Amino acid sequence: MAFESLTDKLQNVFKGLRGKGRLTEDDVRAALKEVKMALLEADVNFRVVKQFVKTVEERAVGQDVMNGLNPGQMVVKIVNEEMIALMGSETTEIALQPGKAVTVLMMAGLQGAGKTTACAKIAGKLKQKGKKPLLAACDIYRPAAVEQLQINGKKTDTDVFAMGTDHKPVEIAKEAIAYAEKNGHNVVILDTAGRLHVDEDMMAELKEIKENVAVHQTLLVVDAMTGQDAVNVAKEFDEKVGIDGVVLTKMDGDTRGGAALSIRAVTGRPILYVGMGEKLSDMEQFYPDRMANRILGMGDVLTLIEKAQENIDLDEERGREMVGRMKKGKFDFEDYLESMKQMRNMGGLSGILGMLPGLGIRSADIESMVDEKQLKHMEAIVLSMTRQERQNPKLLNPQRKHRIAKGAGVDIAVVNRFLKQFEQSQKMMKQVGGGKRGRGLFGGFPGMGGGKFPF
Amino acid sequence: MSDENGTAAGKNGGQARLLRNDIFAVQKVEVEEKEKSGFFSRLKAGLSKTRDNIVKGIDSVFTGYSQIDEDFYEELEEILIMGDMGVSATTRIMDRLREQVEEKHLKQTAQCRQLLIDSIREQMGVDEAAYEFEHQKSVIMVIGVNGVGKTTTVGKLAGKLKAEGRKVLIAAADTFRAAAGDQLAEWARRAEVPMIGGNEGADPASVVYDAVNAAKARNVDVLLIDTAGRLHNKKNLMEELRKMDRIIDREFPDVHRENLIVLDGTTGQNALLQAREFADVTRLTGIVLTKMDGTAKGGIAVAIQSELNVPVKYIGVGEAIEDLEKFDPDAFVSALFDLAPEDQERDGRDGPGK
Repeated sequence: MAFESLTDKLQNVFKGLRGKGRLTEDDVRAALKEVKMALLEADVNFRVVKQFVKTVEERAVGQDVMNGLNPGQMVVKIVNEEMIALMGSETTEIALQPGKAVTVLMMAGLQGAGKTTACAKIAGKLKQKGKKPLLAACDIYRPAAVEQLQINGKKTDTDVFAMGTDHKPVEIAKEAIAYAEKNGHNVVILDTAGRLHVDEDMMAELKEIKENVAVHQTLLVVDAMTGQDAVNVAKEFDEKVGIDGVVLTKMDGDTRGGAALSIRAVTGRPILYVGMGEKLSDMEQFYPDRMANRILGMGDVLTLIEKAQENIDLDEERGREMVGRMKKGKFDFEDYLESMKQMRNMGGLSGILGMLPGLGIRSADIESMVDEKQLKHMEAIVLSMTRQERQNPKLLNPQRKHRIAKGAGVDIAVVNRFLKQFEQSQKMMKQVGGGKRGRGLFGGFPGMGGGKFPF
Repeated sequence: MSDENGTAAGKNGGQARLLRNDIFAVQKVEVEEKEKSGFFSRLKAGLSKTRDNIVKGIDSVFTGYSQIDEDFYEELEEILIMGDMGVSATTRIMDRLREQVEEKHLKQTAQCRQLLIDSIREQMGVDEAAYEFEHQKSVIMVIGVNGVGKTTTVGKLAGKLKAEGRKVLIAAADTFRAAAGDQLAEWARRAEVPMIGGNEGADPASVVYDAVNAAKARNVDVLLIDTAGRLHNKKNLMEELRKMDRIIDREFPDVHRENLIVLDGTTGQNALLQAREFADVTRLTGIVLTKMDGTAKGGIAVAIQSELNVPVKYIGVGEAIEDLEKFDPDAFVSALFDLAPEDQERDGRDGPGK
């Protein structure tokens, strides 16, 4: 079900164009068609996509293809840079009032976006920073909204200010701030009712709160799964109430979250936090670059490309040699050690897998798929071999195997199993050999990319 | 669990940013400066008209073009995608439209318009049999991801069925979210129907078990089960749902079953994934499309209907107990294309079966 990565798609578009030195208009057009599709599938607003693609096109045509990249990767690089530029390249924090002054945050958004939960989560974050937040229950409409906030407050050990449902939200807000000043709270978080951006009366209610109490930051809470309508919602809230930042919720789902880009594009306001789960601790800082990659469905392929380049560059000759031997099925234990070394340099196997598209989201599964401890055992086995044995595994007779098992501190059965698997992956590589993995990016990792792990 | 992985990934992300910043530092500054004045302002200017454009929508397309050409098709495509229909469903619909236009040798955009409207309306049609459960002894389980409006939908459905003279019982099987039970109790009070609940943290399957047996003992007509919101990619929670579904089947084998998935009308392409995954653990019998009183079009329902063949049965259009309507394909299509009211009427009259 995982989305085909944009990089893969672009790779197809650019088949046969390899080695070209400059991006032509046709190249860029073809590539950007895929980019456009990817963005639309990710729910980025149609108009935002159009504008974005135009910007990229203007920049990309005529660009030199950087050394070491193919045209597809070059386009991805430009797309990614533009995207991060648009998303904001820095992580932004909530601006709090200096000193002991009380900061008032107002949460706003559509029904079901997750405002009440986000309130409690943000309170928890602020507590960690040594602040003393107060939650104010200004949602007097939804049944049990006040109770929900109270329970969440209890769970995060935060005070909750409530006046029931018979007072106007603006009065509750006023009283809450007075209460906070009296009781030494330095942040007040106003939980408001969910409302539609076209509901004039309800929008006026938020404006009234802003006019009557000093709201320092108005945060728009948006469901990450929102579709094309995200622009209308964000624009209306920004124009009618004015927003200072965005909280993106339900990001632990498998949505690509294109709404983030739309909202950012229409309002220019930073995304401050992302909700990552139902537990009240599941709130994270927003990383624009990660979001950009997620929207494009690229995992963190770019990082991977860069890391791979860095590491493979160190010993390019050796790497190339290794790939050559791999294709012939002559990959030996020396190569194995080398690839393990490269892999560790790149942050370990789970680190690499986490950066791959479609996999990143289900990182929990990766943990169970790969046992890094086991990999260490394997390495110990290889390290216990003599140089001759590593280059020529056929030398390994029972006696030698016993010695190796002892040296590595594992059972002989483990050694046997490892040798067998290694032999199998050698065969497999021979079959895949001559295939597409020409650049040797995943050169050292038998079976990677095929989704199977011979170890 | 997710927390841990999140931070691990966060580290990687942080590293990545540093790396890229180093490598592309020079270029980036340039880009950003250009962007600030260029992209944002242009986009904002463009979007300031968005709403008007949307509202005028298809009418302008159809009147703006007298001939069916590529530009015309492209504009149509834009409207469908802007309605959250999704790229693949839009492509499918457009391909079919082109074929038909060719076959029938259509030249006028107005004819083309009717063709497109009719084909979507036809696809979204629901027959009366879909509402059979309203007249039978049935168990309705209401499911969906977080914050789509499940509890509200249960409340509204209860009010509606009660008003039709049915004997209704509500079960509060959302034992996870804080105060979900209180929220539902308020709806039960408004609808004047009894409710069976569980304590926060209780096993929802046990609430279902109790509710089913109570429904049998009290001889109620309709048992409405409110479930906790769960993201479709959370395996355990989906298994929990499968278990609840199984319990109803086992404890109440002869009853009419209805599993309604509630989808937020503002949701984009992810709704299709949601529907797929929920259909995998339970047999979906219908969709409730909520928050349709905003500007969202809920076009994703078209994609879901065509892929999973699950009809939209109700739409939620507000917060009051009576704000739940039977799905009307004519109104839906009109809203999707932002047809003016008089068009709506006319199309309604021309429509099949009217």
